Amino acid sequence: MNLEVFKSKIRQTVYKASFELRDDVLAFIKRAYKQEVSSSTKNYLKTIIDNAQIADKKELAICQDTGFPVVFLELGRNTKLDNSLIKVISSEIEKAYKDFSLRASITDPLKRDKSGFGPIEVHIEYSDNNFSKLSLLLKGFGSENKSKLYMLNPNEDITGYVLDAVKKAGPEACPPFIIGIGLGGTSDKALFLAKKALLEGIGSVSSDKEIAILEKKIFLEVNKLKIGPMGLGGKTTALAVKIKTAPTHIAGLSLGININCWALRSASFTF
Amino acid sequence: MKEISELTKSKISKLKAADEVLFSGRLYTARDQAHKKIADLIKSKKKLPLDLKNKIIYYCGPTLTPKGRVIGSCGPTTSLRMDSYTSYLIKAGVIGLVGKGRRTKQIRELLRKNSLVYFIAPAGCGAYLSEKVTTSKVIAFKELGPEAIYELEVKDFPLVVAIDSKGKSIYQDYDKDNK
Repeated sequence: MNLEVFKSKIRQTVYKASFELRDDVLAFIKRAYKQEVSSSTKNYLKTIIDNAQIADKKELAICQDTGFPVVFLELGRNTKLDNSLIKVISSEIEKAYKDFSLRASITDPLKRDKSGFGPIEVHIEYSDNNFSKLSLLLKGFGSENKSKLYMLNPNEDITGYVLDAVKKAGPEACPPFIIGIGLGGTSDKALFLAKKALLEGIGSVSSDKEIAILEKKIFLEVNKLKIGPMGLGGKTTALAVKIKTAPTHIAGLSLGININCWALRSASFTF
Repeated sequence: MKEISELTKSKISKLKAADEVLFSGRLYTARDQAHKKIADLIKSKKKLPLDLKNKIIYYCGPTLTPKGRVIGSCGPTTSLRMDSYTSYLIKAGVIGLVGKGRRTKQIRELLRKNSLVYFIAPAGCGAYLSEKVTTSKVIAFKELGPEAIYELEVKDFPLVVAIDSKGKSIYQDYDKDNK
């Protein structure tokens, strides 16, 4: 792909992720609006729907926390990795943030005297495809702050740990949630997979039957908590549960949980 | 839905947890770094850059302001992170707090003792709330960018009373030992 086209694709990806609520998320919010009964819960869900329309029409960020930009780069056989590719991606995202009047949310962890648009995070993986894919997740920190890592015994059931994480996340992480779960690998791999799981369509069902059953089981249990949208009570505490797995060590079971607010913002393109 | 403008102690006393209100009046944004600065100034007995008496603090850090608009996206941030600073702001005269999510028991007690109120605003709805802001200007800590203090005039800003002046809450207290 020509460099200028590549840059403009990155720009479009930031635009789409920031201003346009994902179709799958909006559809699930609309369904929740129909299913909920309490007037304050319904009012809030209606505001979320109105907010999505205003953001899209007026080119305003869906949420003022325009997130930490996290790039998932899946390089196929067609793309040679060199440092300039990463530099282009980072600088175009930072530039788009400024041009689209998003928020400068990134700061030195200790000084905290000023904030900017970068540096962003880039995760690189390789595939056997003859195309590459760039996915961008704008991770809001209200929900990122509720991330959890548990190092379990090999045969433990993960459901209770997920329920615990959701209870601790509570209203301040902006339910209804999309819950990303990473299972297996080493500790950091489990957390990486949990975040990557958020990129998937929330209506899709895993092709792995065992995972599909586990996702469904956790989803039903989470929604029994009745935390509801904004913690106002209701049937909808989670919109979806997405699990990704990786082979792990015989001595353990790493469980990473990445809770996302309903304002799940991501977009991608292939090149 | 109740409509209220300019908050007073007598208006606060009539608000009950779970009431939905449309607020018109002034809000002052402050989040983590502004809270820290205010607390530090109070601790060292220095003058504050604004008079906090009878003010409502809105936990919010807006985006940049797009050309031709009053303000960018401007929804609430997590209130809990302000809990360790809140007593300083209340001593300085703040009468209302606006944010999202639970608070610790200490804050609920502080609100009850001082007959003050904590509201939540629709979380994640910064674009929607931006449309309710009629004027906006930075009045302190400009160097902090999104964490500066903005004075906002709002019209029909939707709020829910989360903790009322009697200490009644729509949420369970946040247990900070159970993080």
